[in-house]
Amino acid sequence: MAERAPPLIVGAGPAGIRAAMTLVAAGLRPIVIDEGYACGGQIYRQPLSPDGRDAQARYGSEAAKATRLQRDFAALGAQVDYRPNTLLWNLRDASADSLRDGVSQRILHDGLILATGATDRVLPLPGWTLPGVFTLGGAQIALKAQGCAIGKRVVFAGSGPLLYLVAWQYMKAGVEVAAVLDAAPLSAKLHLLRALPLAPDIVLRGLRMAAELALHGTQVQLGVSGLRIEGEGRVARIVYQTGGRRHAIACDGIGYGLNLRSETQAADLAGCAFRFDPRDRAHLPVRDSSGRSSVAGVYLAGDGARIAGADAAELAGERAALALLEDRGLPHAPARAASLERRLVRIGRLRDALEAAFPFPAHWGADIADDTLLCRCEDISAGDARRAIGHFSLTDVNRLKAVTRIGMGRCQGRMCGAAAAELLAAQTGRDIGAVGRLRAQAPIKPIPLAMSLSVDERQHDPAH
Amino acid sequence: MPLLHRLVRTDSAVIFFTIDGVPCEGRAGDTVLTAVLCHTDRLRHSEFSGEPRAGFCQMGACQDCWVQLASGERLRACTTPLAEGMHIVTTRGRSHG
Ligand SMILES: Cc1cc2nc3c(=O)[nH]c(=O)nc-3n(C[C@H](O)[C@H](O)[C@H](O)COP(=O)(O)OP(=O)(O)OC[C@H]3O[C@@H](n4cnc5c(N)ncnc54)[C@H](O)[C@@H]3O)c2cc1C
Ligand code: FES
Repeated sequence: MAERAPPLIVGAGPAGIRAAMTLVAAGLRPIVIDEGYACGGQIYRQPLSPDGRDAQARYGSEAAKATRLQRDFAALGAQVDYRPNTLLWNLRDASADSLRDGVSQRILHDGLILATGATDRVLPLPGWTLPGVFTLGGAQIALKAQGCAIGKRVVFAGSGPLLYLVAWQYMKAGVEVAAVLDAAPLSAKLHLLRALPLAPDIVLRGLRMAAELALHGTQVQLGVSGLRIEGEGRVARIVYQTGGRRHAIACDGIGYGLNLRSETQAADLAGCAFRFDPRDRAHLPVRDSSGRSSVAGVYLAGDGARIAGADAAELAGERAALALLEDRGLPHAPARAASLERRLVRIGRLRDALEAAFPFPAHWGADIADDTLLCRCEDISAGDARRAIGHFSLTDVNRLKAVTRIGMGRCQGRMCGAAAAELLAAQTGRDIGAVGRLRAQAPIKPIPLAMSLSVDERQHDPAH
Repeated sequence: MPLLHRLVRTDSAVIFFTIDGVPCEGRAGDTVLTAVLCHTDRLRHSEFSGEPRAGFCQMGACQDCWVQLASGERLRACTTPLAEGMHIVTTRGRSHG
Protein backbone atom coordinates (compact mmCIF):
# COMPACT_ATOMS: atom_id res chain seq x y z
CA MET A 1 0.00 0.00 0.00
CA ALA A 2 1.32 3.41 -0.89
CA GLU A 3 2.34 5.44 2.11
CA ARG A 4 0.39 8.63 2.74
CA ALA A 5 2.19 11.84 1.90
CA PRO A 6 3.26 13.96 4.87
CA PRO A 7 1.30 16.99 6.07
CA LEU A 8 2.64 20.36 4.99
CA ILE A 9 2.84 23.33 7.34
CA VAL A 10 3.40 26.78 5.83
CA GLY A 11 5.02 29.13 8.34
CA ALA A 12 7.42 28.48 11.22
CA GLY A 13 6.12 31.16 13.56
CA PRO A 14 4.35 30.42 16.85
CA ALA A 15 1.39 28.77 15.08
CA GLY A 16 3.40 26.65 12.68
CA ILE A 17 5.86 25.49 15.33
CA ARG A 18 3.18 24.31 17.76
CA ALA A 19 1.38 22.59 14.89
CA ALA A 20 4.58 20.80 13.91
CA MET A 21 5.25 19.66 17.47
CA THR A 22 1.74 18.27 17.77
CA LEU A 23 2.04 16.28 14.55
CA VAL A 24 5.47 14.95 15.50
CA ALA A 25 4.16 13.84 18.90
CA ALA A 26 1.57 11.79 17.00
CA GLY A 27 4.26 10.08 14.94
CA LEU A 28 4.00 12.07 11.72
CA ARG A 29 6.91 13.82 10.00
CA PRO A 30 5.49 17.07 8.63
CA ILE A 31 7.20 19.27 6.09
CA VAL A 32 7.54 22.83 7.42
CA ILE A 33 8.40 25.56 4.95
CA ASP A 34 9.14 29.17 5.77
CA GLU A 35 10.50 32.04 3.76
CA GLY A 36 12.61 33.12 6.69
CA TYR A 37 16.14 31.95 7.36
CA ALA A 38 15.27 30.83 10.90
CA CYS A 39 12.19 29.80 12.82
CA GLY A 40 10.25 32.12 15.13
CA GLY A 41 7.98 34.01 12.75
CA GLN A 42 7.51 37.74 13.07
CA ILE A 43 7.44 38.20 16.82
CA TYR A 44 10.27 35.80 17.66
CA ARG A 45 12.34 36.63 14.56
CA GLN A 46 16.00 35.71 14.91
CA PRO A 47 19.05 37.63 13.70
CA LEU A 48 20.98 36.44 10.64
CA SER A 49 23.98 35.83 12.85
CA PRO A 50 24.67 36.19 16.59
CA ASP A 51 25.00 39.86 17.52
CA GLY A 52 26.01 39.75 21.16
CA ARG A 53 22.49 40.38 22.48
CA ASP A 54 20.72 37.75 24.55
CA ALA A 55 17.02 36.88 24.36
CA GLN A 56 16.22 39.36 27.13
CA ALA A 57 17.79 42.21 25.20
CA ARG A 58 16.13 41.16 21.95
CA TYR A 59 12.65 40.10 23.02
CA GLY A 60 12.18 41.90 26.34
CA SER A 61 9.18 40.64 28.27
CA GLU A 62 8.64 37.89 25.68
CA ALA A 63 12.16 36.47 26.03
CA ALA A 64 11.13 33.31 27.89
CA LYS A 65 8.42 32.49 25.33
CA ALA A 66 10.76 33.16 22.41
CA THR A 67 13.49 30.96 23.84
CA ARG A 68 11.09 28.14 24.68
CA LEU A 69 9.49 28.13 21.24
CA GLN A 70 12.76 28.27 19.32
CA ARG A 71 14.28 25.57 21.54
CA ASP A 72 11.25 23.30 21.20
CA PHE A 73 11.39 23.56 17.42
CA ALA A 74 15.13 22.92 17.30
CA ALA A 75 14.62 19.86 19.51
CA LEU A 76 12.41 18.28 16.86
CA GLY A 77 15.53 17.88 14.72
CA ALA A 78 15.05 15.43 11.88
CA GLN A 79 11.54 14.58 13.07
CA VAL A 80 10.38 17.46 10.90
CA ASP A 81 11.38 18.13 7.33
CA TYR A 82 12.10 21.82 7.94
CA ARG A 83 12.87 23.93 4.90
CA PRO A 84 13.87 27.51 5.73
CA ASN A 85 14.43 30.13 3.01
CA THR A 86 11.62 28.45 1.12
CA LEU A 87 8.67 30.34 -0.32
CA LEU A 88 5.32 28.73 -0.95
CA TRP A 89 4.32 30.36 -4.22
CA ASN A 90 1.44 28.26 -5.51
CA LEU A 91 -1.03 25.66 -4.34
CA ARG A 92 -2.97 23.14 -6.39
CA ASP A 93 -4.82 19.96 -5.51
CA ALA A 94 -2.67 18.07 -3.00
CA SER A 95 0.51 19.72 -4.17
CA ALA A 96 2.35 22.90 -3.38
CA ASP A 97 5.00 24.74 -5.36
CA SER A 98 7.90 25.98 -3.30
CA LEU A 99 10.95 27.98 -4.22
CA ARG A 100 14.35 27.81 -2.59
CA ASP A 101 17.57 29.29 -3.93
CA GLY A 102 15.95 29.87 -7.31
CA VAL A 103 14.86 26.25 -7.64
CA SER A 104 11.19 25.38 -7.66
CA GLN A 105 10.00 22.16 -6.19
CA ARG A 106 6.59 20.54 -6.13
CA ILE A 107 5.68 19.17 -2.73
CA LEU A 108 3.05 16.45 -2.50
CA HIS A 109 1.23 16.63 0.77
CA ASP A 110 -1.68 15.14 2.61
CA GLY A 111 -3.10 17.77 4.93
CA LEU A 112 -2.14 21.43 4.81
CA ILE A 113 -1.81 23.77 7.79
CA LEU A 114 -1.54 27.41 6.80
CA ALA A 115 0.18 29.47 9.50
CA THR A 116 1.28 32.37 7.35
CA GLY A 117 1.02 35.20 9.90
CA ALA A 118 0.49 38.87 9.27
CA THR A 119 2.18 42.01 8.03
CA ASP A 120 1.56 45.68 8.77
CA ARG A 121 -1.71 47.22 7.65
CA VAL A 122 -1.31 50.73 6.26
CA LEU A 123 -3.21 53.48 4.52
CA PRO A 124 -1.29 55.81 2.23
CA LEU A 125 -0.08 59.14 3.59
CA PRO A 126 1.44 62.04 1.69
CA GLY A 127 5.18 61.34 1.72
CA TRP A 128 4.92 57.71 2.80
CA THR A 129 7.34 56.59 0.09
CA LEU A 130 10.14 58.87 1.32
CA PRO A 131 13.32 57.11 2.45
CA GLY A 132 13.26 56.91 6.24
CA VAL A 133 9.60 55.92 6.50
CA PHE A 134 9.19 52.30 7.52
CA THR A 135 6.27 50.29 8.76
CA LEU A 136 6.11 49.76 12.52
CA GLY A 137 7.01 46.12 11.92
CA GLY A 138 9.85 47.16 9.65
CA ALA A 139 11.19 49.53 12.29
CA GLN A 140 11.03 46.71 14.81
CA ILE A 141 12.79 44.25 12.49
CA ALA A 142 15.60 46.76 11.93
CA LEU A 143 16.12 46.91 15.68
CA LYS A 144 15.38 43.32 16.70
CA ALA A 145 16.95 41.36 13.87
CA GLN A 146 19.51 43.77 12.44
CA GLY A 147 20.42 45.84 15.51
CA CYS A 148 19.88 49.12 13.67
CA ALA A 149 17.81 52.20 14.40
CA ILE A 150 15.78 53.79 11.60
CA GLY A 151 16.97 57.25 12.62
CA LYS A 152 18.56 59.32 15.37
CA ARG A 153 15.38 61.18 16.22
CA VAL A 154 12.35 59.11 15.34
CA VAL A 155 8.57 59.38 15.44
CA PHE A 156 6.10 56.51 15.59
CA ALA A 157 2.64 57.10 14.18
CA GLY A 158 -0.57 55.22 13.51
CA SER A 159 -2.51 52.78 15.63
CA GLY A 160 -2.29 49.35 17.23
CA PRO A 161 -0.43 47.86 20.18
CA LEU A 162 2.79 47.72 18.13
CA LEU A 163 2.82 51.54 18.08
CA TYR A 164 3.72 51.85 21.75
CA LEU A 165 5.70 48.64 21.88
CA VAL A 166 8.10 49.58 19.09
CA ALA A 167 8.44 53.16 20.36
CA TRP A 168 9.30 51.83 23.80
CA GLN A 169 11.80 49.33 22.37
CA TYR A 170 13.55 52.18 20.53
CA MET A 171 13.64 54.29 23.68
CA LYS A 172 15.13 51.38 25.61
CA ALA A 173 17.76 50.98 22.89
CA GLY A 174 18.83 54.56 23.53
CA VAL A 175 17.26 56.18 20.49
CA GLU A 176 15.55 59.56 20.82
CA VAL A 177 11.83 59.00 20.31
CA ALA A 178 10.44 62.46 19.62
CA ALA A 179 6.78 61.50 19.53
CA VAL A 180 4.15 58.80 19.46
CA LEU A 181 1.25 59.98 17.31
CA ASP A 182 -1.78 57.81 17.99
CA ALA A 183 -4.77 58.02 15.64
CA ALA A 184 -7.13 56.86 18.37
CA PRO A 185 -8.78 59.40 20.67
CA LEU A 186 -8.72 59.10 24.44
CA SER A 187 -12.30 57.80 24.39
CA ALA A 188 -11.13 54.69 22.51
CA LYS A 189 -8.59 53.95 25.21
CA LEU A 190 -11.41 53.44 27.70
CA HIS A 191 -11.85 50.03 26.06
CA LEU A 192 -8.64 49.06 27.80
CA LEU A 193 -10.75 48.89 30.97
CA ARG A 194 -12.65 46.07 29.30
CA ALA A 195 -9.37 44.34 28.46
CA LEU A 196 -7.94 44.79 31.95
CA PRO A 197 -9.66 41.88 33.72
CA LEU A 198 -9.02 39.60 30.72
CA ALA A 199 -5.26 40.19 30.63
CA PRO A 200 -4.10 42.56 33.37
CA ASP A 201 -0.42 41.93 32.66
CA ILE A 202 -0.70 42.86 28.97
CA VAL A 203 -2.78 45.98 29.57
CA LEU A 204 -0.66 47.21 32.46
CA ARG A 205 2.54 46.60 30.49
CA GLY A 206 1.16 48.70 27.66
CA LEU A 207 0.18 51.52 29.99
CA ARG A 208 3.57 51.39 31.65
CA MET A 209 5.27 51.68 28.27
CA ALA A 210 3.25 54.79 27.42
CA ALA A 211 4.05 56.30 30.83
CA GLU A 212 7.77 55.55 30.54
CA LEU A 213 7.86 57.10 27.08
CA ALA A 214 6.22 60.26 28.40
CA LEU A 215 8.61 60.37 31.35
CA HIS A 216 11.49 60.09 28.91
CA GLY A 217 10.36 63.20 27.10
CA THR A 218 8.49 61.53 24.25
CA GLN A 219 5.43 63.50 23.24
CA VAL A 220 2.50 61.07 23.35
CA GLN A 221 -0.34 62.54 21.33
CA LEU A 222 -3.78 60.95 20.99
CA GLY A 223 -6.41 61.59 18.34
CA VAL A 224 -4.10 62.79 15.58
CA SER A 225 -5.25 63.12 11.98
CA GLY A 226 -4.07 64.71 8.75
CA LEU A 227 -0.67 63.00 8.94
CA ARG A 228 1.76 64.02 6.25
CA ILE A 229 5.45 63.29 5.90
CA GLU A 230 7.75 65.87 4.36
CA GLY A 231 11.36 66.08 3.26
CA GLU A 232 13.62 66.48 0.25
CA GLY A 233 14.60 63.00 -0.86
CA ARG A 234 14.28 61.69 2.71
CA VAL A 235 12.25 62.25 5.85
CA ALA A 236 12.71 65.64 7.51
CA ARG A 237 9.49 66.11 9.48
CA ILE A 238 6.02 64.82 10.17
CA VAL A 239 3.00 67.09 10.16
CA TYR A 240 -0.28 66.26 11.92
CA GLN A 241 -3.44 67.81 13.30
CA THR A 242 -5.13 67.69 16.65
CA GLY A 243 -8.27 69.61 17.43
CA GLY A 244 -8.05 71.58 14.18
CA ARG A 245 -4.47 72.79 14.80
CA ARG A 246 -1.46 71.80 12.74
CA HIS A 247 1.81 70.75 14.28
CA ALA A 248 5.15 69.65 12.83
CA ILE A 249 7.89 67.57 14.40
CA ALA A 250 11.39 67.37 12.94
CA CYS A 251 12.67 63.78 12.67
CA ASP A 252 14.85 61.59 10.46
CA GLY A 253 13.00 58.29 10.80
CA ILE A 254 9.32 57.33 11.02
CA GLY A 255 7.66 54.06 11.95
CA TYR A 256 4.07 53.93 10.76
CA GLY A 257 1.33 51.32 10.83
CA LEU A 258 -2.34 50.75 11.53
CA ASN A 259 -2.23 47.37 13.21
CA LEU A 260 -1.89 44.20 11.13
CA ARG A 261 -3.40 42.44 8.15
CA SER A 262 -3.57 38.69 7.70
CA GLU A 263 -1.56 37.03 4.94
CA THR A 264 -4.40 35.15 3.26
CA GLN A 265 -3.07 34.51 -0.26
CA ALA A 266 -2.27 30.85 0.40
CA ALA A 267 -5.74 30.20 1.81
CA ASP A 268 -7.18 31.84 -1.29
CA LEU A 269 -5.15 29.65 -3.65
CA ALA A 270 -6.16 26.61 -1.58
CA GLY A 271 -9.75 27.42 -2.49
CA CYS A 272 -10.91 28.36 1.01
CA ALA A 273 -14.18 30.26 1.34
CA PHE A 274 -13.81 33.81 2.63
CA ARG A 275 -16.10 36.00 4.69
CA PHE A 276 -15.91 39.67 5.58
CA ASP A 277 -14.80 40.22 9.15
CA PRO A 278 -16.06 43.56 10.49
CA ARG A 279 -13.55 43.72 13.34
CA ASP A 280 -10.45 43.30 11.16
CA ARG A 281 -12.20 45.11 8.26
CA ALA A 282 -10.94 42.41 5.92
CA HIS A 283 -12.16 39.35 4.08
CA LEU A 284 -10.78 36.38 5.97
CA PRO A 285 -10.79 32.66 5.28
CA VAL A 286 -13.67 30.94 7.04
CA ARG A 287 -12.71 28.43 9.73
CA ASP A 288 -14.44 26.67 12.55
CA SER A 289 -13.32 26.70 16.17
CA SER A 290 -10.87 23.87 15.46
CA GLY A 291 -9.17 25.66 12.57
CA ARG A 292 -10.76 23.59 9.78
CA SER A 293 -11.27 25.68 6.66
CA SER A 294 -14.09 25.16 4.14
CA VAL A 295 -11.76 22.85 2.16
CA ALA A 296 -11.24 19.32 3.47
CA GLY A 297 -7.66 18.80 4.62
CA VAL A 298 -6.82 22.51 4.80
CA TYR A 299 -6.42 24.02 8.28
CA LEU A 300 -5.85 27.65 9.31
CA ALA A 301 -4.00 28.88 12.39
CA GLY A 302 -2.51 32.05 13.78
CA ASP A 303 -2.56 35.64 12.61
CA GLY A 304 -2.82 34.48 8.98
CA ALA A 305 -6.44 33.57 9.64
CA ARG A 306 -7.40 36.48 11.90
CA ILE A 307 -5.31 38.81 14.04
CA ALA A 308 -5.09 37.42 17.57
CA GLY A 309 -1.43 37.67 18.60
CA ALA A 310 1.36 35.27 19.39
CA ASP A 311 -0.14 33.42 22.36
CA ALA A 312 -3.30 32.67 20.40
CA ALA A 313 -1.17 31.60 17.44
CA GLU A 314 0.54 28.95 19.56
CA LEU A 315 -2.79 27.60 20.80
CA ALA A 316 -4.41 27.69 17.38
CA GLY A 317 -1.46 25.92 15.78
CA GLU A 318 -1.78 23.05 18.21
CA ARG A 319 -5.57 22.97 17.83
CA ALA A 320 -5.41 22.85 14.04
CA ALA A 321 -2.89 20.03 14.18
CA LEU A 322 -5.22 18.03 16.45
CA ALA A 323 -7.98 18.52 13.89
CA LEU A 324 -5.68 17.19 11.17
CA LEU A 325 -4.87 14.17 13.33
CA GLU A 326 -8.54 13.51 13.95
CA ASP A 327 -9.32 13.71 10.24
CA ARG A 328 -6.50 11.24 9.61
CA GLY A 329 -8.00 8.79 12.08
CA LEU A 330 -5.20 9.22 14.61
CA PRO A 331 -5.47 9.87 18.37
CA HIS A 332 -6.37 13.53 18.76
CA ALA A 333 -6.67 14.45 22.46
CA PRO A 334 -10.26 15.76 22.55
CA ALA A 335 -10.00 17.11 26.11
CA ARG A 336 -6.89 19.06 25.22
CA ALA A 337 -8.59 20.36 22.08
CA ALA A 338 -11.53 21.62 24.10
CA SER A 339 -9.25 23.39 26.56
CA LEU A 340 -7.33 25.06 23.70
CA GLU A 341 -10.59 26.29 22.22
CA ARG A 342 -11.72 27.77 25.54
CA ARG A 343 -8.46 29.67 25.87
CA LEU A 344 -8.76 30.92 22.30
CA VAL A 345 -12.24 32.27 22.99
CA ARG A 346 -10.87 34.17 25.97
CA ILE A 347 -8.04 35.68 23.94
CA GLY A 348 -10.59 36.55 21.26
CA ARG A 349 -12.46 38.71 23.77
CA LEU A 350 -9.21 40.43 24.72
CA ARG A 351 -8.48 41.06 21.05
CA ASP A 352 -11.89 42.63 20.53
CA ALA A 353 -11.19 45.09 23.35
CA LEU A 354 -7.69 45.86 22.01
CA GLU A 355 -9.07 46.49 18.53
CA ALA A 356 -11.54 48.94 20.03
CA ALA A 357 -8.77 50.67 21.98
CA PHE A 358 -6.60 50.92 18.84
CA PRO A 359 -9.22 51.34 16.13
CA PHE A 360 -8.41 51.45 12.45
CA PRO A 361 -8.95 55.08 11.30
CA ALA A 362 -11.19 54.02 8.45
CA HIS A 363 -12.19 57.62 7.67
CA TRP A 364 -8.60 58.28 6.60
CA GLY A 365 -9.43 56.24 3.48
CA ALA A 366 -11.98 58.79 2.30
CA ASP A 367 -9.65 61.67 3.15
CA ILE A 368 -6.61 60.52 1.15
CA ALA A 369 -5.58 63.50 -1.00
CA ASP A 370 -5.81 62.96 -4.75
CA ASP A 371 -2.09 63.47 -5.30
CA THR A 372 -1.08 60.89 -2.66
CA LEU A 373 0.33 57.67 -4.09
CA LEU A 374 -1.99 54.78 -3.40
CA CYS A 375 0.14 52.17 -5.14
CA ARG A 376 3.81 52.29 -4.19
CA CYS A 377 4.72 49.63 -6.75
CA GLU A 378 3.61 51.55 -9.83
CA ASP A 379 3.13 55.08 -8.50
CA ILE A 380 -0.63 55.23 -9.03
CA SER A 381 -2.32 58.05 -7.12
CA ALA A 382 -5.56 58.16 -5.16
CA GLY A 383 -6.84 60.61 -7.77
CA ASP A 384 -6.17 58.06 -10.55
CA ALA A 385 -8.22 55.55 -8.60
CA ARG A 386 -11.07 58.00 -7.96
CA ARG A 387 -11.26 59.02 -11.61
CA ALA A 388 -11.40 55.38 -12.70
CA ILE A 389 -14.10 54.60 -10.12
CA GLY A 390 -16.20 57.51 -11.37
CA HIS A 391 -15.57 57.02 -15.05
CA PHE A 392 -16.25 53.28 -15.17
CA SER A 393 -18.82 53.26 -12.34
CA LEU A 394 -16.71 50.70 -10.49
CA THR A 395 -18.03 48.98 -7.37
CA ASP A 396 -15.63 46.06 -6.96
CA VAL A 397 -11.92 46.11 -6.05
CA ASN A 398 -11.05 43.49 -8.65
CA ARG A 399 -12.54 45.68 -11.37
CA LEU A 400 -10.63 48.63 -9.96
CA LYS A 401 -7.51 46.48 -10.13
CA ALA A 402 -8.18 45.50 -13.75
CA VAL A 403 -8.70 49.11 -14.79
CA THR A 404 -5.97 50.87 -12.80
CA ARG A 405 -3.48 48.07 -11.94
CA ILE A 406 -3.87 48.95 -8.24
CA GLY A 407 -3.24 45.65 -6.45
CA MET A 408 -1.56 44.13 -9.48
CA GLY A 409 1.96 45.37 -8.78
CA ARG A 410 4.78 43.54 -7.10
CA CYS A 411 3.25 43.67 -3.61
CA GLN A 412 -0.02 42.17 -4.91
CA GLY A 413 -2.11 44.54 -2.87
CA ARG A 414 -0.41 43.94 0.48
CA MET A 415 0.29 47.65 0.87
CA CYS A 416 -2.58 49.20 -1.12
CA GLY A 417 -5.43 46.70 -0.77
CA ALA A 418 -6.93 48.18 2.40
CA ALA A 419 -6.76 51.70 0.97
CA ALA A 420 -8.29 50.70 -2.37
CA ALA A 421 -11.23 49.10 -0.58
CA GLU A 422 -11.76 52.03 1.81
CA LEU A 423 -11.56 54.55 -1.01
CA LEU A 424 -13.96 52.60 -3.21
CA ALA A 425 -16.41 52.17 -0.34
CA ALA A 426 -16.28 55.86 0.54
CA GLN A 427 -16.74 57.07 -3.02
CA THR A 428 -19.59 54.72 -3.89
CA GLY A 429 -21.30 55.00 -0.52
CA ARG A 430 -21.09 51.25 -0.01
CA ASP A 431 -20.26 49.26 3.03
CA ILE A 432 -16.60 48.26 3.18
CA GLY A 433 -17.62 44.60 3.20
CA ALA A 434 -19.54 45.05 -0.05
CA VAL A 435 -16.75 46.11 -2.42
CA GLY A 436 -15.32 42.63 -2.90
CA ARG A 437 -11.95 41.23 -2.05
CA LEU A 438 -8.73 41.26 -4.05
CA ARG A 439 -8.16 37.76 -5.43
CA ALA A 440 -4.77 36.23 -4.79
CA GLN A 441 -2.78 35.02 -7.76
CA ALA A 442 0.20 32.74 -8.12
CA PRO A 443 3.01 33.41 -7.63
CA ILE A 444 2.16 34.63 -4.13
CA LYS A 445 5.31 36.77 -4.25
CA PRO A 446 7.60 37.71 -7.14
CA ILE A 447 9.80 34.84 -8.25
CA PRO A 448 12.62 34.80 -10.81
CA LEU A 449 11.29 34.60 -14.35
CA ALA A 450 13.74 31.93 -15.46
CA MET A 451 12.19 29.61 -12.94
CA SER A 452 8.89 28.73 -14.47
CA LEU A 453 8.96 24.95 -14.71
CA SER A 454 8.38 23.05 -11.54
CA VAL A 455 10.47 20.08 -10.57
CA ASP A 456 8.53 17.09 -9.36
CA GLU A 457 9.55 15.96 -5.91
CA ARG A 458 9.44 12.27 -6.83
CA GLN A 459 12.12 12.68 -9.48
CA HIS A 460 14.18 15.26 -7.72
CA ASP A 461 14.93 15.43 -4.06
CA PRO A 462 17.73 17.93 -3.47
CA ALA A 463 19.53 17.64 -0.17
CA HIS A 464 18.14 19.98 2.38
CA MET B 1 24.02 60.44 4.93
CA PRO B 2 22.99 56.99 6.12
CA LEU B 3 19.39 56.19 6.90
CA LEU B 4 20.08 53.40 9.40
CA HIS B 5 22.32 53.52 12.45
CA ARG B 6 24.05 50.43 13.74
CA LEU B 7 23.62 49.82 17.47
CA VAL B 8 25.21 46.36 17.70
CA ARG B 9 27.52 44.14 15.61
CA THR B 10 29.89 47.06 15.21
CA ASP B 11 32.87 44.72 15.45
CA SER B 12 31.51 41.76 13.47
CA ALA B 13 33.52 40.50 10.51
CA VAL B 14 33.71 42.99 7.64
CA ILE B 15 32.11 42.18 4.30
CA PHE B 16 33.30 44.24 1.34
CA PHE B 17 30.85 45.36 -1.33
CA THR B 18 30.26 48.39 -3.53
CA ILE B 19 27.43 50.89 -3.97
CA ASP B 20 27.47 52.50 -7.42
CA GLY B 21 31.13 51.61 -7.71
CA VAL B 22 32.13 53.08 -4.34
CA PRO B 23 33.82 50.53 -2.03
CA CYS B 24 31.88 50.00 1.21
CA GLU B 25 32.06 47.81 4.28
CA GLY B 26 29.17 45.83 5.69
CA ARG B 27 29.10 43.51 8.68
CA ALA B 28 28.51 39.80 8.95
CA GLY B 29 24.81 39.39 9.68
CA ASP B 30 23.71 42.34 7.54
CA THR B 31 20.94 42.10 5.02
CA VAL B 32 21.64 43.95 1.78
CA LEU B 33 19.12 46.57 2.92
CA THR B 34 20.95 47.18 6.19
CA ALA B 35 24.36 47.27 4.56
CA VAL B 36 23.33 49.81 1.93
CA LEU B 37 21.25 52.03 4.23
CA CYS B 38 24.05 52.19 6.80
CA HIS B 39 25.95 54.07 4.06
CA THR B 40 23.39 55.99 2.12
CA ASP B 41 19.71 56.94 2.07
CA ARG B 42 18.32 55.09 -0.94
CA LEU B 43 18.20 51.63 -2.45
CA ARG B 44 16.81 52.45 -5.85
CA HIS B 45 14.67 54.89 -7.77
CA SER B 46 11.09 54.27 -8.75
CA GLU B 47 10.96 53.24 -12.39
CA PHE B 48 7.81 55.35 -12.72
CA SER B 49 8.53 58.65 -10.96
CA GLY B 50 12.31 58.44 -10.51
CA GLU B 51 11.86 59.22 -6.80
CA PRO B 52 14.23 57.55 -4.36
CA ARG B 53 13.05 54.52 -2.38
CA ALA B 54 14.59 52.83 0.62
CA GLY B 55 12.30 49.93 1.47
CA PHE B 56 9.32 50.05 3.78
CA CYS B 57 8.33 46.82 5.52
CA GLN B 58 11.68 45.04 5.89
CA MET B 59 9.83 41.71 5.92
CA GLY B 60 9.49 40.79 2.27
CA ALA B 61 5.92 42.06 1.91
CA CYS B 62 6.01 45.44 0.13
CA GLN B 63 8.62 44.59 -2.55
CA ASP B 64 9.87 48.16 -2.36
CA CYS B 65 13.50 47.20 -1.79
CA TRP B 66 14.44 45.30 -4.95
CA VAL B 67 17.95 46.35 -5.95
CA GLN B 68 20.04 45.61 -8.95
CA LEU B 69 23.52 44.19 -9.05
CA ALA B 70 26.01 45.35 -11.68
CA SER B 71 25.49 41.93 -13.30
CA GLY B 72 21.84 42.84 -13.90
CA GLU B 73 20.59 40.36 -11.31
CA ARG B 74 17.82 41.72 -9.10
CA LEU B 75 17.33 40.84 -5.48
CA ARG B 76 15.07 41.75 -2.58
CA ALA B 77 17.37 43.67 -0.26
CA CYS B 78 15.55 43.13 3.04
CA THR B 79 15.54 39.33 2.80
CA THR B 80 18.92 38.76 1.16
CA PRO B 81 22.06 38.43 3.31
CA LEU B 82 24.93 40.65 2.22
CA ALA B 83 27.65 38.68 0.43
CA GLU B 84 31.27 39.53 -0.21
CA GLY B 85 31.87 41.38 -3.49
CA MET B 86 28.28 42.39 -4.26
CA HIS B 87 28.21 45.34 -6.66
CA ILE B 88 24.98 47.17 -5.95
CA VAL B 89 23.59 49.75 -8.32
CA THR B 90 21.07 52.27 -6.98
CA THR B 91 20.97 54.62 -9.92
CA ARG B 92 19.28 52.49 -12.58
CA GLY B 93 15.59 52.07 -13.19
CA ARG B 94 14.72 55.68 -13.88
CA SER B 95 13.99 55.48 -17.55
CA HIS B 96 11.37 52.89 -18.40
CA GLY B 97 7.82 52.61 -17.13
C1 LIG C 1 7.00 42.73 11.99
C2 LIG C 1 6.05 42.25 13.04
C3 LIG C 1 6.42 42.35 14.36
C4 LIG C 1 5.59 41.88 15.34
N1 LIG C 1 6.00 41.99 16.63
C5 LIG C 1 5.17 41.60 17.60
C6 LIG C 1 5.54 41.77 18.95
O1 LIG C 1 6.62 42.28 19.25
N2 LIG C 1 4.67 41.38 19.91
C7 LIG C 1 3.46 40.80 19.58
O2 LIG C 1 2.71 40.40 20.48
N3 LIG C 1 3.10 40.61 18.32
C8 LIG C 1 3.91 41.03 17.33
N4 LIG C 1 3.52 40.88 16.04
C9 LIG C 1 2.24 40.23 15.74
C10 LIG C 1 2.47 38.81 15.21
O3 LIG C 1 1.71 38.69 14.04
C11 LIG C 1 2.06 37.72 16.17
O4 LIG C 1 2.38 38.01 17.48
C12 LIG C 1 2.72 36.36 15.85
O5 LIG C 1 3.98 36.48 15.25
C13 LIG C 1 1.78 35.56 15.00
O6 LIG C 1 2.27 34.25 14.88
P1 LIG C 1 1.94 33.38 13.60
O7 LIG C 1 2.58 32.06 13.81
O8 LIG C 1 0.50 33.41 13.34
O9 LIG C 1 2.60 34.14 12.37
P2 LIG C 1 4.09 34.68 12.13
O10 LIG C 1 4.85 34.76 13.37
O11 LIG C 1 3.94 35.87 11.31
O12 LIG C 1 4.73 33.52 11.25
C14 LIG C 1 4.32 33.28 9.94
C15 LIG C 1 5.46 32.70 9.16
O13 LIG C 1 4.98 32.26 7.90
C16 LIG C 1 5.94 32.53 6.93
N5 LIG C 1 5.25 32.63 5.64
C17 LIG C 1 4.17 33.38 5.35
N6 LIG C 1 3.81 33.21 4.07
C18 LIG C 1 4.69 32.33 3.55
C19 LIG C 1 4.84 31.75 2.27
N7 LIG C 1 4.01 32.03 1.25
N8 LIG C 1 5.88 30.89 2.05
C20 LIG C 1 6.72 30.59 3.07
N9 LIG C 1 6.62 31.11 4.32
C21 LIG C 1 5.62 31.96 4.55
C22 LIG C 1 6.59 33.82 7.36
O14 LIG C 1 7.91 33.91 6.87
C23 LIG C 1 6.56 33.71 8.89
O15 LIG C 1 7.77 33.25 9.42
C24 LIG C 1 4.34 41.32 15.02
C25 LIG C 1 3.96 41.24 13.68
C26 LIG C 1 4.79 41.71 12.70
C27 LIG C 1 4.33 41.65 11.28
S1 FES D 1 11.34 46.41 2.42
FE1 FES D 1 9.40 45.55 1.96
S2 FES D 1 9.95 43.83 0.75
FE2 FES D 1 11.86 44.60 1.40
